[in-house]
Amino acid sequence: MIARRAHSVALIVLVALSPIGMVAQGRGEAPPPTAKADAPFDLTGYWVSVITEDWRYRMVTPAKGDYQGLGMLNPAAMKVAARWDPAADEKAGEQCKSYGAAAILRVPGRLHITWADDNTLRLEFDAGVQRRIFHFGSALAKSAERSWQGDSVARWEVPRGRGRPGGPPPPKFDSLKVVTTNLRPGYLRKNGVPYSESAVVTDYFDLIPQGAREPLLVVTTIVEDSEYLTQPFIVSTQFRRQADARGWDPTPCSPTW
Amino acid sequence: MVTAMTIINRLRASVAVSVLIVVMTATASRSASAQVELAGSWAARNHEDALERGGGPYAVDYTGIPVNDEARLRALSYSASQLSMIERQCSLWAQYYLVTGPFGMKISNETDPIDGSTIAWKIGGWEDRAPMTIWMDGRPHPSKYAIHERGGFTTGVWEGSTLIATTTHMKASSIRRNGTPTSDEATMVTSFIRHGDVVTVLVVVEDPIYLTEPVMYSKSFELDTSPQMPIGPPCVAGYEGVDDWQVPHFLPGTNPSISEMTELYHIPREALMGGAETMYPEYRKTMKDGFVRPEKCVRNCGGPR
Repeated sequence: MIARRAHSVALIVLVALSPIGMVAQGRGEAPPPTAKADAPFDLTGYWVSVITEDWRYRMVTPAKGDYQGLGMLNPAAMKVAARWDPAADEKAGEQCKSYGAAAILRVPGRLHITWADDNTLRLEFDAGVQRRIFHFGSALAKSAERSWQGDSVARWEVPRGRGRPGGPPPPKFDSLKVVTTNLRPGYLRKNGVPYSESAVVTDYFDLIPQGAREPLLVVTTIVEDSEYLTQPFIVSTQFRRQADARGWDPTPCSPTW
Repeated sequence: MVTAMTIINRLRASVAVSVLIVVMTATASRSASAQVELAGSWAARNHEDALERGGGPYAVDYTGIPVNDEARLRALSYSASQLSMIERQCSLWAQYYLVTGPFGMKISNETDPIDGSTIAWKIGGWEDRAPMTIWMDGRPHPSKYAIHERGGFTTGVWEGSTLIATTTHMKASSIRRNGTPTSDEATMVTSFIRHGDVVTVLVVVEDPIYLTEPVMYSKSFELDTSPQMPIGPPCVAGYEGVDDWQVPHFLPGTNPSISEMTELYHIPREALMGGAETMYPEYRKTMKDGFVRPEKCVRNCGGPR
């Protein structure tokens, strides 16, 4: 009898200490923390692109037919790219096709990140005067109209790796994951390399420590598009933090520059 | 009949089992969210800087590199025929070639036989890049007077789920495979950032001799079921018909490739000379008025095969 009681007490202690116990204790009490309160790192502020890669595709407009690195284009994409006509884009009011969510982080410029509210992160780009809105939480109503920046669902990403017992505890979250859909068709590269309205853009935002210097922001972008790509298009882009809005220069979209 | 001794023994056993479960649960909970597995074969995704990583850069293209005047002068004097010299046959392939080169990577780890912890991560070499061993056991870097080797000396720490590796003691090399120089005082910080089946590797290189600020490159890799080879044949000197006593080079003002990219892509010569200013968006303004987009790509146009 005594033994049974002792075992029961131990099990109660075990449940209370376990993660399941902690979840159960929290039920019905305080509301879940907001995305802003849960943020593992501070992304807000001004960031400037550091253009050390793809220089001649980002700093100047490449020639028609320059598809270096784009071996994943299917024949349909090649046909569309071959018809690239920036003047026609401008005439049709589609001068922002190379500033959509799949490409905007590659456009040289500055990025201003702020919290729109406790569960919405806002990214503004001076290049093309674009704005991306990242909604935290799973319930996001699809916008009635497709847009250059689409609809984005965000979450702080929890690392799922395993380490050695007794190792240092990791931070609660490590990265920001954003999945964007409902896009207007646009260009992956300014010279008319297309992505379709079926494209799904996944961005991972990581702050990488740099010793005594400010951390760098590294964004890994994965574009999946069954209409035009035979495999995902993957690039990573670096940004350096700025203390203020120095250099912020809103410039309208241009199909040629 | 249950004796008092039996009750005590059962009580002891029960408490011991419960304590063990509590300890195991706590330990498992902690370990489940610690470091990230990096071991495996990772296929390169060269969707950016594809020409540079693949066939190689143009001979005179220092765009986006924060070179100083001395570095620029040295780069312009560089001739690729230097690779025919035995003592320079591997000189272009430093550890940064992990992200500026075309290949995938094979990562393995050496573990402590007692507690299973990772003593070192090992990134296999390629035919022209030395393997990298990232020591995780807290050992210090060697004295600054210690020998510098092609692979350098690297230690690592975890920052959350990102592995940060610091490399020192590398030989002088090139940040771009066209002779843009780095000195043996260059250091490199490499970050391994894993998201599911994608690892992004960020390399930041500092060099007090040739760079005015750090330069950075990143490259993504996808987990691959096909094995990536951790080794390859060593780099070998090609035959260029150069006499033993000669160091192939171009004297100032005689580099024959200086106009190549301007002719092909209309990029101004000033931009090709690099410098920190070419790394930032404002630099576009200096080119805007004079730039005329070439109508059609005529060389190295890429695309599906």
